Amino acid sequence: MSKPKLVLVGNGMAGVRTLEELLKLAPGKYDITVFGAEPHPNYNRILLSPVLAGEKKLDDIILNDEDWYAGHGITLHKGKTVVAIDRGRRRVRTEDGTVAGYDRLLLATGSMPFILPVPGRDLEGVVGFRDIRDVERMLEASEKHRHAVVIGGGLLGLEAANGLKKRGMNVTVVHLLDTLMERQLDKPAAALLQRALENSGLSFKLEAQTEALLGEGRVRAVRFKDGSEIPADLVVMAVGIRPNIELAKAAGIHCERGILVSDTMQTFDPQVYAVGECVQHRGELFGLVAPLFEQAKVCANHLAEFGIARYRGSVTSTKLKVTGIDLFSAGEYQGGPGFEELLFQDPSRGVYKKLVVRDNKVAGAVLYGDTVDGAWYFQMMRDGTDISAFREHILFGQAHVGDSGHGAESHAARLAEDAEVCGCNGVCKKTIVDAIIQKKLFTLDEVRAHTKASASCGSCTGLVEQLLQSTLGSDYSVSPAKKPLCRCTDLTHEEVREAVRTHGPKTIPQLMGALGWRTPDGCHTCRPALNYYLLCQWPGEYRDDPQSRFINERVHANIQKDGTYSVVPRIWGGVTNPRELRAIADVAEKFRVPCVKITGGQRIDLLGVPKARLPAIWAELGKHGLVSGHAYGKSLRTVKTCVGKEWCRFGTQDSTTLGIELEKMTWGSWTPAKVKMAVSGCPRNCAEATIKDFGVVAVDSGWELHVGGNGGVKVRATDFLCKVQTDEEVMEYAAAYLQLYREEARYLERTAHWIERVGLPYVHSRIVDDAEGREALRARFLESQRKAQIDPWAERAQGAERHEFEPLTLRERNNHACIA
Amino acid sequence: MTPWTPIARLEEIPRQGARVVATPEGAIAVFRTLDDRVFALLDRCPHKGGPLSQGIVHGARVACPLHNWVIELDSGQAVAPDEGCVRRFETRLENGMVAIALPDSLVGP
Ligand code: SRM
Ligand SMILES: Cc1cc2nc3c(=O)[nH]c(=O)nc-3n(C[C@H](O)[C@H](O)[C@H](O)COP(=O)(O)OP(=O)(O)OC[C@H]3O[C@@H](n4cnc5c(N)ncnc54)[C@H](O)[C@@H]3O)c2cc1C
Ligand code: SF4
Ligand code: FES
Repeated sequence: MSKPKLVLVGNGMAGVRTLEELLKLAPGKYDITVFGAEPHPNYNRILLSPVLAGEKKLDDIILNDEDWYAGHGITLHKGKTVVAIDRGRRRVRTEDGTVAGYDRLLLATGSMPFILPVPGRDLEGVVGFRDIRDVERMLEASEKHRHAVVIGGGLLGLEAANGLKKRGMNVTVVHLLDTLMERQLDKPAAALLQRALENSGLSFKLEAQTEALLGEGRVRAVRFKDGSEIPADLVVMAVGIRPNIELAKAAGIHCERGILVSDTMQTFDPQVYAVGECVQHRGELFGLVAPLFEQAKVCANHLAEFGIARYRGSVTSTKLKVTGIDLFSAGEYQGGPGFEELLFQDPSRGVYKKLVVRDNKVAGAVLYGDTVDGAWYFQMMRDGTDISAFREHILFGQAHVGDSGHGAESHAARLAEDAEVCGCNGVCKKTIVDAIIQKKLFTLDEVRAHTKASASCGSCTGLVEQLLQSTLGSDYSVSPAKKPLCRCTDLTHEEVREAVRTHGPKTIPQLMGALGWRTPDGCHTCRPALNYYLLCQWPGEYRDDPQSRFINERVHANIQKDGTYSVVPRIWGGVTNPRELRAIADVAEKFRVPCVKITGGQRIDLLGVPKARLPAIWAELGKHGLVSGHAYGKSLRTVKTCVGKEWCRFGTQDSTTLGIELEKMTWGSWTPAKVKMAVSGCPRNCAEATIKDFGVVAVDSGWELHVGGNGGVKVRATDFLCKVQTDEEVMEYAAAYLQLYREEARYLERTAHWIERVGLPYVHSRIVDDAEGREALRARFLESQRKAQIDPWAERAQGAERHEFEPLTLRERNNHACIA
Repeated sequence: MTPWTPIARLEEIPRQGARVVATPEGAIAVFRTLDDRVFALLDRCPHKGGPLSQGIVHGARVACPLHNWVIELDSGQAVAPDEGCVRRFETRLENGMVAIALPDSLVGP
C-alpha cells in the first residue's frame, strides 16, 4: 500500500519545524511534498536583522539545506506559489500549473508586511521587511543612496533602522505614537531606548502621520499630515503584519483575522491543519517563533496520529536584536489597575527594571540595561510562582549568593577568561565561549553536552546561560516554555504524571507505549522517573523495576569512584550505643573495611567494600539490629537531632525522642529526591533544622515547623510553615507534607526547588489551612509506608537479587554441547 | 581465531542489565538488552574507569554510573559529544548459552 500524502504549503519556520517534529515522531509515515513561494530552502527569518546589519551572511542563516529535504525523501518545490486548494478532490495547484494530491494538508503561509495605503506606496524604493528579497533590496539601496526612512518604531522597524545605519545610511524612524515599541515597553524604558539609539546615530520623528510618499519612478521624500517633508531614497514599511489567509479563504476554510484552528491545530476542514503566523487560535494571532514552535510540536503529534497533545496558547517574551542594547519584555508589561508594580531605576547606569505583579505572581516584566534575570522572571511567570516569600529581593535578581564553588561571582561578562565557571568539572570561561563559537551551540543543553559545564550539580547554570547570552548576543533564545522529561518524549513531567494518574498503565513498558515514547525502552533519564511515578501512584501494587534504578538504589549502597561501595547503617536520630558501635567495629575489622568515617549526617560510613561482599556485611550488621540507612536513595536519609531537653541546659523539648519517632515513621519511603530532616531542642538550633527539607525547632510552647531548606549546592534557609503544640501534630504535619511532595514534585526536584516553584502559600494552603486534606495526605503516606518499610539489606542478605552481587565465572571451553 | 568461551545461560543475565566476568586482565561486563541481544565490553569506562556493568542499559547503550557517559554496546564507542572507546569482545548466543571470544591471555592458566 502506498503511504498517505502530506502537502505543506509555506516553506517557512513554522511549517518546516512541524515536519522536523513529525519526522522525529513518525519517520516515513507520509509522502511529503513542500511548496514554497520563495526561491530558497527554509531559513531563519529572525536572523535577517543581523544579516542586514552585516553581522551575519545569508549562508549562515539557512536552517534546512536542500540535502536535508532530499535526505528525508521530501519533494521540494521552491519558488512555486500555491494559488488554489481543491478540497473536494484533495489537491493543490500552483501558479505554473503544478498539481499535487494530499491526504493531509498543512498550511503555514506566514504573514505579509502591512503596507500603508498612502499615495506613492508603489514607487520604487518602498519595501517591507519580511524576506531575503527585501533585505537584498535594502542592501542595494544602501550602496547607491543616502537617505532611509523607516516607518514604524516597533521591533522590526528599529532592527531595520539599526541595520541600515550600520550600512552607512542616514536613517530616520517615523512613528505614529510618542513612544517606541509600545507593544513591549512602558514609557520610561522606551525613553531610555530612544536615547541610546539617538546616541548611536538614529533620528526619530514621533507622533508623525505619513500622508504620502513623493517621487517619480523612485521615491524621493515622505510627506506628513502636518505638511512637513523629509528626504527618502528608501522607505521601509514596518508598521505591522497581516496573516496570509487569501489562499485558505478562497478554498472556503473558515478565517477571521487568521485561519481559525482548534487546540489540535486543525482548521474547520479536519484534513487541513495550519500552524504559524497565518493562524488564529483562541482569538490570538502570533508574531514570534516560540509559540509557533509549540504549535509545530502539537501539530506533528496529531499528524503522527498520537493524538495526545493540545495547544493552549503561549506566554512570550521579546528581546530587541540590536547589538549593544539589552532589553527584555514579557507579558503584562504595562501594569495599571489591578496590578502592582515593582520598580528599580539607576539612570546613571542606564538600568531600569519593572515587574508587574498580580496576586503575588509575576504577570509581566520590562528590563532595560540589565536583562540577566529575564529568563528567571519569565520562568516564574510561566510557572505561576508565588513570590511573596522573596518579594523584597526579587528585583535584585536571582540571588546567586550562597552558591558554593564559584566564589559567588554572578556576572559572566566580568569573569576572567581562565576563571573556573563549573567547579565540578573544572571548566573555565574560555572553554565554554570557544565551544559556543566553534561548535555553533545555541542552548544550555548543547553547552552541557559539549563542555560538561553545569552538567553535574547545576549551580553554575545561571553563569553558563549568561555566557551563552553574551557570546551569541541576539541569537540566544531562552529555554523553551515546555521542558520535556527527556529526549525520548515531548511530554513534561506534569503531563506524564497526569497520564499515570488517569490512564492507568501500571508498568513502564505500558506507560511508554500509551504515551508514544520514541525509544523502545527509554533512557537513563526517563526510566528512573517513570519507575518513581508508578511506585508513588500504586504503592504495594506496582512491582519496582530494579533495571530502571540508578546503581546505588539498585544495590542499596553508594558506588565509589573505584567501583567499590559504601555501607551506612541507620543510626536512629543520631543516637547509638556501645553494642551497635562494637558491631560496626567488628564488621569493619572482619571485612577489612579500609575506611571508617563519621558522616555529616550523624552516622558512620564504611567505605571501600567490594560489591560481592555487601550481602555478607549486611547479614552481619543485621544480626545486631542494624538496618539500611538509605544513604544511597531518593528517599529519607537522616533525621538529625540535638541532645535536647533531656541533657541540654537550654533544651525546651525532647528533640531526640521526636527525631527518632520521625525517622521510624518515614524511613524507607521513596521520594522525588532525597529528604533530610532535623529536630532541634531550642532556637539555638544545633541540629541545623533550618537548612533541612523538613525542620523542627522547639520553643517553650511547642514546635515550629520549617520546610524547603537545603544545605547543599545552593544554601536555602527553610520557610516557616506553622507552629504546633504536640509531638503528634508534628508527626501528622510531617507525613502530610512528605506525601504532598511525593505526589506533586518532579522527579529529582528537592523540596527547596519544589517550594520555590509552587510557592510557600500553596503548601501552606494544603497542609495548614485544610485539615481534612492534611489528614487524607497523611493517610496516603502511612498506607504507602506499610509496603515500603522492609529492610532491603535483610532481604538481600537472605539471597534476594543474588545475581546482582555474584560475578560469573568462565566455563570450560571444550564444552562442545554449548558451542556446537 | 579467538576461541569461544561460554560464560552463562542467557537467563542468568538480567534483561536491561549486565553481569561481570572476572579475567586476569580485569573484569568484563556482559550486557543483555531488552530484545535479548548480548554484548561484552571491558568493564572500564573510557572516561575515568567507571564500572559500566553497573549502569542503566537502554536500547543498545549503557549509561556509566559515575558521570553518565553513554557507551554504544556494539562498538564500545562513547556517544557524541563525548569521545572515547572501550575494548569490546565478540559474543554469540547458541542454545541459550552465552559465549564470548576471549584471547588466551584473558582466560588465564
Ligand atoms: C557521606 C557524606 C559525606 C560525609 O562523609 O559526611 C555524603 C556523601 C555524598 N553526598 Fe552528600 N554526603 C553527606 C552529607 C551531606 C550533607 C550534610 C547533611 O546531610 O546534613 C549535605 C548538605 C545538606 C543537604 O543535602 O541539603 C550533602 C549534600 C549533597 C549534595 C547536594 C544536594 C543539594 O540538593 O544541593 C549532593 C549531590 C546530589 O544529591 O545530587 C550530595 C551527594 C553525595 C554523594 C551521594 C555523591 C554521589 O552522588 O556519589 C556522596 C556519596 C558518598 C557515599 O558513598 O557515601 N550530597 N551531603 C554524608 C552522608 C550523610 C549520611 O549520613 O547519609
Ligand atoms: C526581520 C525579522 C526579524 C524577526 N525577529 C524575530 C525575533 O527576534 N524573535 C521572534 O520570535 N520572531 C522574530 N520574527 C518573526 C518570525 O520570523 C516569524 O514569527 C516566523 O518566521 C513565522 O513563521 P511562519 O512559518 O508562520 O511564516 P514564514 O516564516 O514567513 O513562512 C511562511 C512561508 O510561506 C510562504 N508562502 C506564503 N504563501 C504561500 C503560498 N501560497 N504558496 C507557497 N508558499 C507560500 C512564504 O513565502 C514564506 O516563505 C522576525 C521576523 C522578521 C521578518
Ligand atoms: S562527599 Fe559530597 S562534598 Fe565530598 S566530594 Fe563527594 S559529593 Fe562532593
Ligand atoms: S567514568 Fe564513566 S562517565 Fe566518568
